[in-house]
Amino acid sequence: MNDLLSIDDLGADGIGDLLDLSDSFVEVTRRDIPKIPALRGKTVVTLFYEDSTRTRLSFETAAKRLTADTMSFTAPSSAVGKGESLLDTVRTIEAMGVDAMVVRHRCAGAPHRVASWIDAAVVNAGDGRHEHPTQALLDLLTLRRRLGTDAFRGLRVGIVGDVRHSRVARSGVKAFAAVGADVTVVGPPTLLPESLEGWPARAATDLDDILPELDVVYLLRIQRERLGSALLPSLREYTSRYGLTASRAARLKPDTLIMHPGPMNRGVEIAAEVADGPASIITEQVANGVAVRMAVLWSLLGSGGLVA
Amino acid sequence: MTAPIAGGGDLPGDDHNRGTSPVAPSGGHLFSLRAKVFDADDLRRANTRIAHEIVERNHGATDVVLIGLYTRGVAIARRLAEAIERFEGVAVPVGSIDVAFYRDDIGLRRIQPLGPTEVPVDITGRVVVLVDDVLFTGRTARAALEAVTDLGRPRAVQVAVLVDRGHRELPIRADFVGKNLPTKVAEDVRVRLHEVDDGDDGIEIWGPET
Amino acid sequence: MPDRPDEFVIRGGRVVDATGERVADVLVQGGVVAAVGRRVEGAPVLDAGGCIVVPGLVDLHAHLREPGDEEAETIETGARAAALGGFTAVVAMPNTEPPLDDAAVVASVLAAGREATCEVASSGCITKGRRGDELAPMGEMHTLGVRIFTDDGACVAHAGVMRRALEYARALPGAVVAQHAEDPSLAGNGHMHEGSWSSRLGIPGRPEAAEATVVARDVLLAELTGTPVHFLHVSTAAAVDLVRDAKGRGVPITAEVAPHHFTLTDAECRTFDPAFKVHPPLRTDADVASVKAGLADGTIDAIATDHAPHVPEAKERPFEEAPPGMLGLETAFALTLGELVEPGVLTLDEAVACLSWQPAAIAGLHHHGGPVEPGRPANLCVVDPAVRWEVDPSRLASRSRNTPYAGRKLTGRVRHTILRGEPVVVDGVAQR
Repeated sequence: MNDLLSIDDLGADGIGDLLDLSDSFVEVTRRDIPKIPALRGKTVVTLFYEDSTRTRLSFETAAKRLTADTMSFTAPSSAVGKGESLLDTVRTIEAMGVDAMVVRHRCAGAPHRVASWIDAAVVNAGDGRHEHPTQALLDLLTLRRRLGTDAFRGLRVGIVGDVRHSRVARSGVKAFAAVGADVTVVGPPTLLPESLEGWPARAATDLDDILPELDVVYLLRIQRERLGSALLPSLREYTSRYGLTASRAARLKPDTLIMHPGPMNRGVEIAAEVADGPASIITEQVANGVAVRMAVLWSLLGSGGLVA
Repeated sequence: MTAPIAGGGDLPGDDHNRGTSPVAPSGGHLFSLRAKVFDADDLRRANTRIAHEIVERNHGATDVVLIGLYTRGVAIARRLAEAIERFEGVAVPVGSIDVAFYRDDIGLRRIQPLGPTEVPVDITGRVVVLVDDVLFTGRTARAALEAVTDLGRPRAVQVAVLVDRGHRELPIRADFVGKNLPTKVAEDVRVRLHEVDDGDDGIEIWGPET
Repeated sequence: MPDRPDEFVIRGGRVVDATGERVADVLVQGGVVAAVGRRVEGAPVLDAGGCIVVPGLVDLHAHLREPGDEEAETIETGARAAALGGFTAVVAMPNTEPPLDDAAVVASVLAAGREATCEVASSGCITKGRRGDELAPMGEMHTLGVRIFTDDGACVAHAGVMRRALEYARALPGAVVAQHAEDPSLAGNGHMHEGSWSSRLGIPGRPEAAEATVVARDVLLAELTGTPVHFLHVSTAAAVDLVRDAKGRGVPITAEVAPHHFTLTDAECRTFDPAFKVHPPLRTDADVASVKAGLADGTIDAIATDHAPHVPEAKERPFEEAPPGMLGLETAFALTLGELVEPGVLTLDEAVACLSWQPAAIAGLHHHGGPVEPGRPANLCVVDPAVRWEVDPSRLASRSRNTPYAGRKLTGRVRHTILRGEPVVVDGVAQR
């Protein structure tokens, strides 16, 4: 594996291998001294053009647990023409000697461009609306550790919210489908994909209709910005039609699990008591993030690469 | 990038990723059986003897923790624990570690962890006996030593192996040995255990076709 | 071949023009075609064995970037690229800096083009600054020879403004109002075609309706005002159907298509390479089929390159941040031969019609595209239809390198181009 830019890079087997690997790393993160010398001497750089302290720290922690050295660059969401170009920034960083670059950018395909410009391994930490592969992997790991390795086949997953603008949804749909789950994306028509062609998922606009059938309810964050573009009339209307309120949660099957990539808008897409309730595995998702990112970094830098 | 090492340790220090198939090619060489060194009974007797030696050396089995290295070391550690329980009446805790992340050849070849590290007790203050099937260059044992020290501070660390085949590259020695077996570097020592491999238990030497 | 000869014969080629096809030599003398017939002797020879001799090609739509973005292209370098592509005339688009929205800037473009290796005609803006609200001084630009009025790059989105522009232009003989049909409120911040690919790639899209709604509206406005409307770079099946229907009713509509819209589709964007980013965007297979059918049945009158140079740094950016546009002058003829003539979508003379005399007629460039016969200006192109070549961005004459065809093998290449009797390209090499 040279880069991780998309879930497509992996396939069902690749996903399985990474999840197996992640189990080893979960054990490491639980030790008193949660550190192994696996990537000693390697340098991992996080290059975040979009603000996200949580994801960036998760990657940096993962790198440090593997004894890699880390560098962190956060650039403001740059207007075209202002400041150093992405190309120049990336080449300058590479010249300092890096083995892997973890890139988050507001434009789809930015990590792909970066990968074409440098030799170091590139990890996509979120590119515009396109993908967020490590999020999907940690979501799968969380479910697998909860439900067992064979849990995915036929598992009914509902991804609810602003699917159209969500990179978490795009990676998630691909990943869930690859391991055999049955995915439905749910939301108002203005927030569902413009075209479902090529999506390994079904679409629904009525949440209440589909809710009793779901084994996993995966909620996406609703952003206030959507109101300005004539996509949604109000957050209140969104919550009333698509929010996982306490009353909706009560209609779920007893074993249904609730997930969210975070950060949550409590009271909008999910009621506070539901987020903290027994069906929610949201905190487990966060905990598994470091292990999954350790597995990804190990796969790119440790497990197979030949020293040049 | 080198292919996964399937058939045998034709690269020094690779006593860890060995296959079981008698005709698995190794880095392009075809290997064939040269000698059967141990059969199932021999293995059983050696196992019992080592178990006794461990208990004798440590003046009993309390405070001993057997930690097997994936994959066959774990099976051997369990066999040793069973033997100790039979004649000493003490249930010695058994753990398993994967040394993949501590290897000194990360980046030089393809490495995959073989299983999760699981040690059921706190090893601080106890005697850890590392258990593996073959001791060769000593690099795996060194990695295991480092892995163990990351888990706690044992009172002592001892090494138990079924076969010591010589050709040490590091200052490592075994405390308990089933069989000392002089070998050529190019040869391959294959330990078969029914928990892991097909067929009967045994130890064989395989050599490259000339 | 002596330097800049006044007289030479194009020998051994097959002449194809609006009157038909014949094997003939063409004698050029003093800037005009002097004779066309079998075996002309006594003049220096420009070999055209195995080649096709056609009237010089006319490009209705090229961005020459001067004034304002000379790093990407100048009138001189753009004209050279045009000549190498077989064009003897191009219409320069007005989205320069400053835009071509008054006589002074237009005059400067015409002056800069005077010595170029291709005739440079200037378009003029419909509205001041291409802002879409106040009319630009079309009359004074018309006096300088401007016939194509367009805000290209931008759409005249306000129906009321478009209507007034059409009415006003009716008084300017030969004026054509050319629309870049993309409603900004539908195209929004889209960067590629809105469809299956954009949905999966997570890139905001520009729907077919952004083009079709404007075409539908402007067809009705052309009908209302009686002024000819030309649709630039038609890319969608819906627009082709609307144009076909309008022509069927006798509305004065013409349309052009760019080679990338009959060669490439939105699937190319899956690598996120901005080389494939253009407005209007690359569309679907169905749209490609539709524009080809539109060319075949005469719905689409012209093939125009929409040559849009950008400096390399501009395209070495994430897809959404890169400017739209691709080079086109040097590959247009070969792509036409390969994608349209070879598979039988168009005959050779239909293809040359779309590249030469039909666009010449729309632009009012009467010295170009005309039949190859004695007395007419010698604006000619000699093309070898069989030579195989590979597109190498570093060897293009344009100052820029942003071609989506890098590495593509094409069949058919311009061998010679003659501008007003001067061989400006000989054996594939620009002479100046």
